[in-house]
Amino acid sequence: MIHQYKLNSYNIVIDVFSGSIHVVDDVAYDVIDMYSHTPREEIISSVMKKYANRDDISIAEIEECINDVDTLIREKKLFTDDIFKDKASGFKGGHDDIKALCLHVAHNCNLNCEYCFASQGHYKGESALMSFEVGKRALDFLVENSGKRRNIEVDFFGGEPLLNWDVVKQLVAYARSIEKEHNKNFRFTLTTNGMLIDDDVIEFSNKEFYNVVLSLDGRKEIHDARRPDYSGNGSYDTIVPKFRKLVDARNNQGYYMRGTFTHGNIDFTEDILHMANLGFTQLSIEPVVSPEGTPYALTKEDLPVLKEQYEILANEMIKREEEGCGFTFYHYMLDLSHGPCIYKRIAGCGSGTEYFAVTPSGDLYPCHQFVGDEGYKMGNVFEGVLNQEIKEKFKACNVYSRKECDDCWARLYCSGGCAANAYHSVGDIGGIYEYGCELFKKRIECAIMVKAAQA
Amino acid sequence: MKRIKTLQTRDLAKSIQGGCGECQTSCGVANQPC
Repeated sequence: MIHQYKLNSYNIVIDVFSGSIHVVDDVAYDVIDMYSHTPREEIISSVMKKYANRDDISIAEIEECINDVDTLIREKKLFTDDIFKDKASGFKGGHDDIKALCLHVAHNCNLNCEYCFASQGHYKGESALMSFEVGKRALDFLVENSGKRRNIEVDFFGGEPLLNWDVVKQLVAYARSIEKEHNKNFRFTLTTNGMLIDDDVIEFSNKEFYNVVLSLDGRKEIHDARRPDYSGNGSYDTIVPKFRKLVDARNNQGYYMRGTFTHGNIDFTEDILHMANLGFTQLSIEPVVSPEGTPYALTKEDLPVLKEQYEILANEMIKREEEGCGFTFYHYMLDLSHGPCIYKRIAGCGSGTEYFAVTPSGDLYPCHQFVGDEGYKMGNVFEGVLNQEIKEKFKACNVYSRKECDDCWARLYCSGGCAANAYHSVGDIGGIYEYGCELFKKRIECAIMVKAAQA
Repeated sequence: MKRIKTLQTRDLAKSIQGGCGECQTSCGVANQPC
């Protein structure tokens, strides 16, 4: 299977199953487009006719191009067959090791963001803070169940994790005290709204967290409208100087500015560029996922605008890179030569199998987006995973288990998409969130185009 | 090749020879370094 498209004057051909990417001229683009269903002579006559006004196109030239396509096919870089389908179930079900936990150290928040998937931080339940004892048990649970994996990950999440900062620091210290003994390497991350960042948080984060996610929606009027405190005051003026100080202190490395865009700012590229103009260089902005009918929900009519925005963003990134003031956009950070292996691409995020969310009381859920849904409670850190039925459902989820993905060229980039988004969209973790698919495919097309421009 | 430039990419078929789980958890599958 191949996918070919034109974007920003680049002609790009993706070979789905080998992962090969070809940047071609107009003639090769047309030859490849006809190759699999058109006799050779007909390809030549058709291309000759189309480019009749060009002196540089001859029959010999077209034959040479067809021969090059033949060569790529022999080298298994074009029109390759799917050799993974029959092995797919083993790629995810082969082991039961856990590699990451999302620790909900606070089911509470000091902001009142209207679009919050976590219901303003308390996940439709009571406000709560995780105790050191529960957190310690969670870390032990992770070590005990991580098998031979050396790198294990813990994200401090909420709500707002800085509301429970002392426990966060105690848990990091505990993890560091046991990692050598167990031959583990803890990688800690933090996701914060920034309101409580101070010098202690900055110093500790820069020493212990290999990445921090800083929530900023972009322009002040956009951010403040969506992310006020409980008195209705915007948070932009409070957090931006704190973020600036934190990022400067970590030499502009190991962080992401993470925004959310809604129906209210479908011109989200302006928000990305605003963050870049503030001096932040590692940027991300994500579409809100919310029930239809909410005032901020993205609509079908928004979709073409959003796709155009991704193109505008890609072009602006190329331009700024050339001007020496580049920035990165999370979804355009493809690592083509050292990217994920086929196992990872088929299995996806590992929610419910190798990745779990832990609530303040120690309950286990498949991921942070299922917390609060009692039907998806899987056990707890004291007794382990008790609901094997849910685990098996997640284990069976992969890119080949979704029939909607059968004809999709992007499947080995998205790995079948987000189970939580599918669940909230169509009520089935094995389904797909079609709106998200459309945006994802556009982002991948743009990301590969950026790579072509930089090659 | 005159009209086709192939970018350097990881050969997915060869990557089977993968699955160690030492890379980061993903919630960005495509951009995880290996």
